[in-house]
Amino acid sequence: MDKLAMKLLAEWSYDRAPLHRGYTRKYLVVDLGDGDGKYSHTIHDIDEDMIDTFTGGRGFGLKILWDAVSPAGRWDSPENALVISGGPICGITQYPGTGKTYTVFLSPLTEQTYNSNAGGYFGPYLKASGFDALAVTGKSPEYVVVSIDGDEGKVRVYAAPTDERNAYAVTEALHQAFAKNEDDLVSVSVVTAGRGAEHSWWGALNVSFYDPRRKVARLKQAGRGGGGTVLRDKGILALVVRKSGFTGSENDPADLATLQKVGTKLHREIRNNDDVQSLMRTTGTTHLNKIMNDYDILPVNNYKYGRSDAIGAITPEEYKKLFTQGYADGCWYGCSMACAKTVDGFELRTGPDRGKKVTVDGPEYETAAGLGPNVGVFDPRWTIESNYYADHYALDTISLGTGLAFVCECYELGLITKEHTGGLELRFGAADQLMELIHRMVDGRDEFALAVGKGIRKMKDIFARRYGADRAVMEKIGMEGQGLEVSQYRCQESVAQWGGYFLTLKGPQHDEAWVIFMDMVNKQLPTFEDKAEALFYFPNFRLWFSLVGVCKLPWNDVEPEDNRIRYKGIEAAKVPEHVQNYLDIYEAVTGKPLSEEDMILQSERVYNYERIFNYRMGKGTRKEHTIPDRALGPVFPDEWNVRKDYFEKKLEEAGIRGDGLSVEEKIARLQEHRRREWEKLVDAVYARRGWDRNGVPTKETVERLGLDSPEVLEVLEPYWKSAGRA
Amino acid sequence: MKLLKTYLDRCVQCGACMSACSKAWAKEDSPELSRVRVKTVTGMADIRVCDQCGGCIAVCPSLALSRDKDGVVRIDRKKCTSCLMCVGFCPSASMFFSDRIPSPYKCVACGICVRVCPEGALEIIDTGKEG
Repeated sequence: MDKLAMKLLAEWSYDRAPLHRGYTRKYLVVDLGDGDGKYSHTIHDIDEDMIDTFTGGRGFGLKILWDAVSPAGRWDSPENALVISGGPICGITQYPGTGKTYTVFLSPLTEQTYNSNAGGYFGPYLKASGFDALAVTGKSPEYVVVSIDGDEGKVRVYAAPTDERNAYAVTEALHQAFAKNEDDLVSVSVVTAGRGAEHSWWGALNVSFYDPRRKVARLKQAGRGGGGTVLRDKGILALVVRKSGFTGSENDPADLATLQKVGTKLHREIRNNDDVQSLMRTTGTTHLNKIMNDYDILPVNNYKYGRSDAIGAITPEEYKKLFTQGYADGCWYGCSMACAKTVDGFELRTGPDRGKKVTVDGPEYETAAGLGPNVGVFDPRWTIESNYYADHYALDTISLGTGLAFVCECYELGLITKEHTGGLELRFGAADQLMELIHRMVDGRDEFALAVGKGIRKMKDIFARRYGADRAVMEKIGMEGQGLEVSQYRCQESVAQWGGYFLTLKGPQHDEAWVIFMDMVNKQLPTFEDKAEALFYFPNFRLWFSLVGVCKLPWNDVEPEDNRIRYKGIEAAKVPEHVQNYLDIYEAVTGKPLSEEDMILQSERVYNYERIFNYRMGKGTRKEHTIPDRALGPVFPDEWNVRKDYFEKKLEEAGIRGDGLSVEEKIARLQEHRRREWEKLVDAVYARRGWDRNGVPTKETVERLGLDSPEVLEVLEPYWKSAGRA
Repeated sequence: MKLLKTYLDRCVQCGACMSACSKAWAKEDSPELSRVRVKTVTGMADIRVCDQCGGCIAVCPSLALSRDKDGVVRIDRKKCTSCLMCVGFCPSASMFFSDRIPSPYKCVACGICVRVCPEGALEIIDTGKEG
C-alpha cells in the first residue's frame, strides 16, 4: 500500500464494546480543542432511557448535539458537534438499504439543526468498531485526520498527510494509507469534504466505500445543509474508520433467520419487479427525469417551467447508455436496489483534472435535474462533469443546482450583470460559463463565486447590497426556505407538497415528505385535513429510517406486485407489506417487538425534539415557515402563458373572474388565493402535529411524547407561559 | 464446465442425495442443509440444484463468488458478508441459506450425491464449455 507519512498528534486506546442486538451502547467524542492543538477524547455510555427516547441514528445525533451546544452556539462555534450515527438496523447485510449513515450538526445555511444522510460504509464500520455514534467538536489549528481503528481499538489524530484537499484524491489516498493490503481496502471508510466546502456553505460530506470490481474508492454524499463546511471549519481533512472482517451477523441480531427470510423475499421482489417498476438497477434514480417532465414537475429554468421539449436528451434511456451496466451497485452490502450507478472511464473536459479518465458516482435524479434542466442544460455529459467536480470540491449538487438556477434568472432579469459575475454570461443553458463558475467556487478568491457559494438567502442580501439588485423580485424567485435551497421537484401545483417542502424541520428537502403524486396526480388528499394527515404521517414514517439507519428507496421504489390491488389510495402509498418488513427486521435485530403505532411514536418523539431544539436555537416558529411565490405559482407572464388554459382554469376554480384582467393581474390574484390556501394548510398541519398556531409543540404534545425532561421544560415553559398570557 | 445433471423421471424422492450431501458438507444428516433439494410439486419430483449459470457472480458486492478451473461457481467464505443477494437473484432458486451457517451454500458438483442415488437420477457431466 502507498504509505503516506502519517505524523501522529494524539493516540488513545479503548476497549471495543461488543455489538449486541444492534447497539454498542457507547459513543465517542473527539474534541479538537479551541485552536490550541489540545486534542482529547471521551467515551460515553448510552443508557436505556436514551435508547427509549431517541432510538438511534439521527435521534442520538440530536441528543448529543443538544448536550454539546448552548443556545448561543452557531455553526462555526467550536462547540458545534458534527455527529455521525448509523442506528440499530444499520449494518445488517440481509435487507436492502441498511448501511445508511446519519449526520447531525448546526448548519451554516439554516442556522439551526440539520440532518443529512449518506450511504457508504462509515456507519456500519463505526458500529463494528465499538461506537453507536461519533461526535467531533472543537477546532484544530491545522488540518487533521481523525481515525478509529476497530481492529486495534485505537483512536488517533494525525496531521494531514497530504496537500490534497479535494474529495476523490483525499479519499483514494487515505484508503491506500490505512489499508493493510489490497484485500483490506474494503475495510476502510473515509468521510471528507473538498476545497469548495472551505469557502461555500453548501459544503457536502463525502462518505466512501471501496469498490473491488472497479478498484476505486466510491463517494456517496451527505450533501445537504453544509456538513462539509462544518467539517473543514473544524480543521478536519477527513475522518477514517477501519474495521476488517465484517460479517452478516455483526449486529448480533436477536433473530437472524427472520432477517434472512425477509431480506431474500425483498431481493426476489426487486429482481422480479424493478425492470417494470423503477429501473433502479439499470438507471438509478435518473429514471425519474421523464416521469417528472410528463407531470410538469421537472424543474426547468429555476422552476419556471415543469417540462421541456428538450427532454429527449436526458431520458432514462440516455442515462442508461452512459451508466456501466451489470455490476452490483449498492452503496452497502446487500442492497439489491443497486441505484448507485457510475459512469466509468469518463474523460473530463474542464478543470484541474481535464483529460483524466475517472469513475463518476452518479448522477442521481436530484443532480440530473438540478445540474441539468433547472439551469437550462440538457446535456448528460455536462451534468456528469459538473457532478464529478461538485463531489470533488464537496459542493452539494442540489443546492448548487438550485443556486445556479437562481443566479441565471437574476442574470436574465438584469438584476446582476457581467460586471458583477467576473465576466461570465450566466444565462440559462450557458453550460461552459456555468462550469467555469463552479471551478471558481473552489478557492474563495473570486468575489462573485464566493457570494454564490453562501446560498440563495445570503445571495439575496449580497446582490441587493452590493449590486443594487431588486430585493422584492429576488424574494419571489429565490427557491429557498429556512435558508436551504429547494430540492428538485416543482411543487407549485400541489398544495400538500408546499407543506412537504416548506413546513419541514430543516428546510425544503424531499426526504421529509413527497406527496405530489398523492395530492396532485391521484387526488387522494382533497381536504386540508387529508393533507395535514399526510404531512403528519409521512414525515414521521420517513423520519424512522433516520433513527434506525436505513435507506428510503427500498420502501417504495419497488412494491409487491399486488400492492395496488390489495390496498387503495394512501394505504397503497404506505406500502403496508414493506412497513411490516421494517417492523419485522427491527424486532429481529433488537429483540424488541414494534407496532406500526409505536414506530410513528418513536419518530414523533424525535421530530418534536428537533423542533424544540430549533426553538431553543432561536428558530422553530411560524415565521420561519415561509414559502416563495415561485413555489406557489407563476411569477411572470411567460410562465403563465406557457400553460395559459391551465392557469385560467385554476383561477376559475378559485372563484376569481379573470375577464378584463391583464396577465400580471391574474398572476397576482392567483398568488393571493394560493397564499390564503397556504395559511390554511399551515394551521391544519400545526394542529395535526400537536403544535400551537405559532408552530411550537404544545405542553400536551410534549407530555404525551415523554419529552418533558427538565432541559426541554426549561426551554418551553417560559414560552408556554407567555403564549398563555397572550 | 462441470455440473450436476438431473433426470426427474428417474427420481423416486427417497432423499438419499440430500442426506449424503448434508452429511458431507454440513456434518449432519439434515435436508435443509443439503446443496441439492428434492421437492414434490403436484406429486412429481422437482430437483433444485445449481446449473453453474453464474448469474450470482455479477450481483455479489464483495467478489465472493467466482468460477474455479472446472467452471464450477464457488463461494469464498472469507469475502462473503451473507447479504444473500445471490439467493434472491438465483434464476434456478438453488442458492440456499440457513441461520446456522454463516454463508449461503450451493452445489459444487462434487458428485457425492450421484454415488448414493439408487435410480441414476443424478449425473456429473462436463459440458465441454467454459463458464
